[in-house]
Amino acid sequence: MALLEAKGLYAGYGGMNILNGVDAVIDADEIGVIIGANGAGKSTLLKAIFGLLHVSQGTVKLAGKDITNMAPDKLVRAGMAFVPQEQNIFPSLSVEENLEMGAFVRRDDFSHLIEQIYGYFPDLAEKRNQPAGELSGGQRQMVAMGRALMIEPSLLLLDEPTAGLSPRYMNEIFERIIAINKTGVGVLMVEQNAKQALAIAHKGFVLANGRNRFTNTGEALLNDPEVAKSFLGG
Amino acid sequence: MNELIFFFNKVIVAGSVIGSIYAMGAIGVTLVFAILRFAHFAHADLMTLGAFFSYILVVAFPELGGFVGLPTGFVVLPVAMVLTAIFAIGLDKTFYKPLRDKNVKPVVIVIASVGVTLMIQGVIRLFAGTTSRNFFSVDGVAGKDIFRIKLPFEAASRKIFITEPQILLFIFLILAVGLLHYFLTRTRLGKAMRAMSDNPDLARVSGINTNVVVWTTWIIAGGLAAAAGTLLSMDVILKPDLSFNILLPIFAAAIVGGVGQPYGAIAGGFVVGFAETLSVFNWAILLRPFRDSIPEWIELPSKIAFVPTEYKIIVPFVLLIAILVWKPTGIFKGKVL
Repeated sequence: MALLEAKGLYAGYGGMNILNGVDAVIDADEIGVIIGANGAGKSTLLKAIFGLLHVSQGTVKLAGKDITNMAPDKLVRAGMAFVPQEQNIFPSLSVEENLEMGAFVRRDDFSHLIEQIYGYFPDLAEKRNQPAGELSGGQRQMVAMGRALMIEPSLLLLDEPTAGLSPRYMNEIFERIIAINKTGVGVLMVEQNAKQALAIAHKGFVLANGRNRFTNTGEALLNDPEVAKSFLGG
Repeated sequence: MNELIFFFNKVIVAGSVIGSIYAMGAIGVTLVFAILRFAHFAHADLMTLGAFFSYILVVAFPELGGFVGLPTGFVVLPVAMVLTAIFAIGLDKTFYKPLRDKNVKPVVIVIASVGVTLMIQGVIRLFAGTTSRNFFSVDGVAGKDIFRIKLPFEAASRKIFITEPQILLFIFLILAVGLLHYFLTRTRLGKAMRAMSDNPDLARVSGINTNVVVWTTWIIAGGLAAAAGTLLSMDVILKPDLSFNILLPIFAAAIVGGVGQPYGAIAGGFVVGFAETLSVFNWAILLRPFRDSIPEWIELPSKIAFVPTEYKIIVPFVLLIAILVWKPTGIFKGKVL
């Protein structure tokens, strides 16, 4: 059974559809990457899946259960976590408090998880008591991902996790995403750095004008001359 | 020496009293702004209302204070705080939440709160008229204890005056601030409140129950407003028209401290309180001991005050502008309005 099964999604802002029947299906141990030009509906697809936008047609299923238009706090309890592209941390809270807020829906002891996240991102361990707003861009992204991982999600949605980061941090974030995926977390992310992202993707979704243009394995898309020409900059 | 004691009574004690009141009101205003992003103009009415809840309880159970040896108004205060908190949540549910759900601009909710303030004032006047009331004239047991402390100096014939309600006010404020600090930094809900103040969208995405945070905000704001209103009325007198006179300094305090910053609100409250007492103080009194050493051709005026008492309401605003020019986001970096 697929972990995430989004079929024929229509959604948009103020009556204008941006998604016109998009499909996205990934399995539990997979990394899915969404690429496409600006305005193709990449971020809109993530928001529609996470209940931040009303889906007017189509269904979203998480592990077989229908979650279409479910409120975000219920989705978090169902095991789906979302990292927005911008403003994805609580700047005046310390790094550790940010992680605690990720675990807000948990009532059990989650201290081992915090240590596990410091294991993923050793930079954060040193700065655990510092306000997250004082961190560098790359470290903030780590806080944002760490916060999302606190619910031990089965599916992690990432909106452009490497946007605006230096190459050093970009590679580090991609490495961490692979490591997180190896622990059994499904990942669906939107990426501008299409080549690097497809290189680590099990599945790639190329969107254009709110529709699926190409869907294949990451490797096959990288080697597809048409995709390369239109979407990977030659 | 006597002049210094006069200064202590008129400036230090009076400034701390009014500063504590402003601080408690400003904490509520600043928290409501941090969580709901609007300036709550009906906040001073929660104070008046809270004070009336206390007063009604004192009238109903005038003997209650006798059991613990404290003024009855103080003993019934927790009940009045609960009632005011419930009332505040009710206000939110009836007036502010429907507007929030429609995603209106914050200014619409601000105007709604102006409507609410006029409504509450009208209702209070309908039942209570315009006469002032004294908590201690309905208290069945206690009178207002006034402590006159004589300093152990030969020259100090004047005494330091401090009243029992003032001491209770200071104790209450210290306890309340300590509890609030513990709540905001150590508890799950308190941290969620700071998180929602930082980034409401991310709070929702993280699964934080934003309704619970909103209710908690009204409970704290309403409770502190009731306490401030009651303690002020016990110290001075319960006036049904308290509202606007105290609302403006409270807003000044919240802005001076940095909007959205509870610790800033406390600092702002005291800054505004002391600014008021310092500026209406008659400084000529402090010069009197030096009368003999001043050359004769300088005539010492009998009164030197920065502002006449009737105009002291301007002080918070002059201060507000001065501080905002110096630090545009307030003493503690607040949110941009």
